Amino acid sequence: MSSTDVFETPVSDRDRLHPEPRVEPLIFERSGQGKRGYSLPPLDVPDTVAIPKDLLRTEIEGETQVSEVEIARHFTRLSRLNFSIDQGLYPLGSCTMKHNPRVNEEMARLPGFAAAHPLAPEEASQGSLELAWRLERALAELTGLARVTLQPSAGAQGELAGILMVRKALEKTGRPRTTVLIPDSAHGTNPASAHFAGYKVRELKSNPKGTVDLAALETAMTEDVAALMLTVPNTLGVFEDRILDIARIVHAKGGYLYCDGANFNAFVGVAKPGRMGVDVMHMNLHKTFSTPHGGGGPGSGPVAVTESLAPFLPRPTVERRSDGRFVLDFDRPDSIGRLRTFLGNYGMFVRALSYIASYGNRIGEVAENAVVNANYIRAGLAGVYHLKYDAPSMHEVVFSDKSQVDRGVSNMDIAKRLMDYGFHPPTVSFPLIVHGALMIEPTETEGKPGLDAFIHAMREIARECAEDPDIVRKAPHTTPVRRVDEVGAARNLVLRWRPGAP
Amino acid sequence: MNPEELRYTESHEWVHVDGDIGTIGITDHAQKQLGEIVYLELPEVGHVFNADEEFGTVESVKAVSELYVPVSGEVVEVNKGAVTEPGIINDDPLGDGWLIKVKLSTDEDVARLMTADAYAKYVAEEDHG
Amino acid sequence: MKFLPASDSERKQMLAAIGVSSIDDLFASVPPAVRGKPDLPAPLSEIEVRRFLGGLASRNANARDTAFFLGAGVYNHYVSSIADQMLYRAEWLTAYTPYQPEVSQGTLQSIFEFQTHICLLTGLEVANASLYEGASALVEALLMADRLVKGRRRAVLSAGIHPEYRETARTYFTNLGLEIVEVPLSAAGVTDPAALAAAIDATTFAVAVQSPNFYGLVEDWRVASEAARTSGALSIAVVAEAVSLALLSPPGAGGADIACGEAQSLGVPMHNGGPLLGFLSCKTDHQRQIPGRLVGQTRDAEGRRAFCLTLSTREQHIRREKATSNICTNQGLMALASNIHMSLLGKEGLREVALQSHAKAEYLKREIAKVPGYRIPYGGPTFNEFLVEVEGDGAVDAADLLDRLARRRILGGVPLSRYDRADRRRFVVAATELNTRAEMDVFVAALAAEAASAGHTGA
Repeated sequence: MSSTDVFETPVSDRDRLHPEPRVEPLIFERSGQGKRGYSLPPLDVPDTVAIPKDLLRTEIEGETQVSEVEIARHFTRLSRLNFSIDQGLYPLGSCTMKHNPRVNEEMARLPGFAAAHPLAPEEASQGSLELAWRLERALAELTGLARVTLQPSAGAQGELAGILMVRKALEKTGRPRTTVLIPDSAHGTNPASAHFAGYKVRELKSNPKGTVDLAALETAMTEDVAALMLTVPNTLGVFEDRILDIARIVHAKGGYLYCDGANFNAFVGVAKPGRMGVDVMHMNLHKTFSTPHGGGGPGSGPVAVTESLAPFLPRPTVERRSDGRFVLDFDRPDSIGRLRTFLGNYGMFVRALSYIASYGNRIGEVAENAVVNANYIRAGLAGVYHLKYDAPSMHEVVFSDKSQVDRGVSNMDIAKRLMDYGFHPPTVSFPLIVHGALMIEPTETEGKPGLDAFIHAMREIARECAEDPDIVRKAPHTTPVRRVDEVGAARNLVLRWRPGAP
Repeated sequence: MNPEELRYTESHEWVHVDGDIGTIGITDHAQKQLGEIVYLELPEVGHVFNADEEFGTVESVKAVSELYVPVSGEVVEVNKGAVTEPGIINDDPLGDGWLIKVKLSTDEDVARLMTADAYAKYVAEEDHG
Repeated sequence: MKFLPASDSERKQMLAAIGVSSIDDLFASVPPAVRGKPDLPAPLSEIEVRRFLGGLASRNANARDTAFFLGAGVYNHYVSSIADQMLYRAEWLTAYTPYQPEVSQGTLQSIFEFQTHICLLTGLEVANASLYEGASALVEALLMADRLVKGRRRAVLSAGIHPEYRETARTYFTNLGLEIVEVPLSAAGVTDPAALAAAIDATTFAVAVQSPNFYGLVEDWRVASEAARTSGALSIAVVAEAVSLALLSPPGAGGADIACGEAQSLGVPMHNGGPLLGFLSCKTDHQRQIPGRLVGQTRDAEGRRAFCLTLSTREQHIRREKATSNICTNQGLMALASNIHMSLLGKEGLREVALQSHAKAEYLKREIAKVPGYRIPYGGPTFNEFLVEVEGDGAVDAADLLDRLARRRILGGVPLSRYDRADRRRFVVAATELNTRAEMDVFVAALAAEAASAGHTGA
């Protein structure tokens, strides 16, 4: 090695000269023999290994050796390659990317919650049991339903729990039936969850308004159908204005009405699913109740049910005894069982209750403002982007690329171009019933200036599509990396770093 | 292959029959709908299928499509080149991008399939549907 | 309201632009009969929220203010300050699933690094971006094995697997036409190879064993992998205490096809049982059936290294009812915390934490064994957790004993009666690098005092 090799050249000048670092080595590539980022107290007991040699491993080949400084730099630099809600509008339809109040984070980290153990004696856990009980009561009040399980880890597990309860209830009174009806606009988790509950899925075609076709439902709703899984409002952001008729049709054949509460943000505190005839409904605490999305979880998917489905709730439930003590009830012979360990994603319960307490009886303003914001965007972009279904929008609006596609520009290109304007793209290509969909959900936590800037950007992009489509097709231009080769990633799978890799 | 000489299914497979051997692939329309193909799953040689049975899957980054055999018979050859380089299905769906060859167990299946004209009409209608 | 940025006048302007006169007009499609305001208290200020939730938190004994020996699936290990503080950065906290790679490289690269750590620890070749927690990770591993070994219907599970994991598997499998057979443990408290072999038949697609098992005993992965191989089934290694992976022979070396379980102890606080951090890793041959999200390495249009979600066609948003799993969300933020933690500890630190946990547990086990009235029922090797049995005349209930200790601010273990009412005399005790010798001595002395006062010395 010559002496000048000590001074390593950065990855490339282009990346070095960019005001923000655009590439960051893997933490494994920062590793260096003898570096250390931690310290432990000296061992205060005899140093023993009382395990036979053939059950022990050798060193963990390839694991890191880095200092805390390098950890700080690495993860801070990486973080700056992300877009996040705190930077600007994140209108990812169906995901309800709202502001995450910081007091929630502080509360969840109180040692009484974060350093508590789920198997501590009940007597030593009265505060945590009471919190779970209070959250259950609040969610029951908001849904207008009798009981709630907090156990499911996320919405999809909530769906499974809900359908398993329906199945168990039907088995109890006869047979479980064979089929679950799901509109063609539904989230992919609905059919997947119904399948894992042992049901066949029958797709229900939407009517020209994008809502449930009552005649089609009448025909499809037989005594073989266990449930209709309905998203309210649906994934087009349209409220099922015939919800009471839908419930009547489903109930007349002895079926259950399942509400996918992914879009609860459209009507929380304004209307109650229990009054709509909904029998079972899951919610996403990480959507409606502001727990952070965290780059893809953790979520939490509580399920609310009517009194008649309550015996089938997952085990254990939290109960308040007449003396005011809180206990876990495992003795529930009709329970569907358990969907995961312990009580659920407890840290999310703390955050959600913190959020609900902050709004209290004014939580309906969440839905009201969410709906105003979505309609404001709709008004600002009407005529610029195509609206396949023009039924009234609630909390989100689904446009498509139909007016731009002639210029060789797709919804994906428009989404990528939005990044150059400083926005996260909306959800693209969903729901499946809108070709080239752009699904926009601003949530209630965006103000008028942010919405105006977004509308302006979308209009500018539409103008570019007409005048200079190439700039849209090749977008993004200003992001840390340019368009990423997803085809290459799938054809040549590299799913981990390997020791000795260049 | 000359598209005129092929027969087509509603699920967008084509078959070319030469004697008792049928060569099967997906149509140009199908590969365009899927986009760049990244993965292909095909059956083993020797597997026997009835017409309309699923014989594999083809995947792009954003979509996955089941493949259905247009004709009954035993698989006598699979296109290993397409499995390792699935992009050739996009490049040449009717030629190098063929998928499997089967030894037909009956010649009755072919008659049920669409001609090139009928398929062109079918695709046009599907697009407007 | 403090989380709503629109002022009244802005809202008025917006309603005018929409062309309606009131917010109510926008809710015209919601039938009046279904509307209703919630009967909730008035809004709380931040100060009041702190009082309210702080009050509840103060009524829970926790690891910071007790002598703490609880485990059984959730462990009190060291979490560095930086691993938690980094999570406050909005770019991590308030981003979502990295569907748009150009503005999500941070999350994507972190997941790629997490996947690598899990591979290195488990000795397997591919790992996913995380799963909810250990029990659902086992379910996903079993369903994955079912897809890989087609046409079979029996899963054989060791009774040494965490009871909540097994109960979860039963919930999921009930309606899928799959059968679960549980193999009881031997007199030594580990999976009985003969009983395991006897339970495996030609219809078996998976054989799952946990190590350290629920009683804390170290199992040999080869028992399951050899039994599985002879019948054409896949072997699943279940790990509920992931710190053990830094000391014990990893699943990959023991021939496991799939490793799964709970990685909470690698950088995630206990969180009263959630959020935790499920993981799953497997051999390359099986990667196309791996459930959940996966990040792959690729290039951008200018040739830079970049990362993106890949193999998405396995997932529910594309495959719907044919998806490999119904899961959508994973445990993104927990995987990040764990990546930071594992990167910081690294090769040396992971091992040192494991060694210290083991040494402390060995000390505690030996000290408890010396106390009259208690015995260690199994003599086999343990990692950082072990079973204690209360001796005596049958009047002494381990759960009651532990409740009494809790009043003295000692959380001494998890009674097995929680899972089997008849199992009233035994409890599981865990130790980690956070336990000091002094607090272990206090615990041992308290056990001795309990035994003396209850007269269950067995003498």
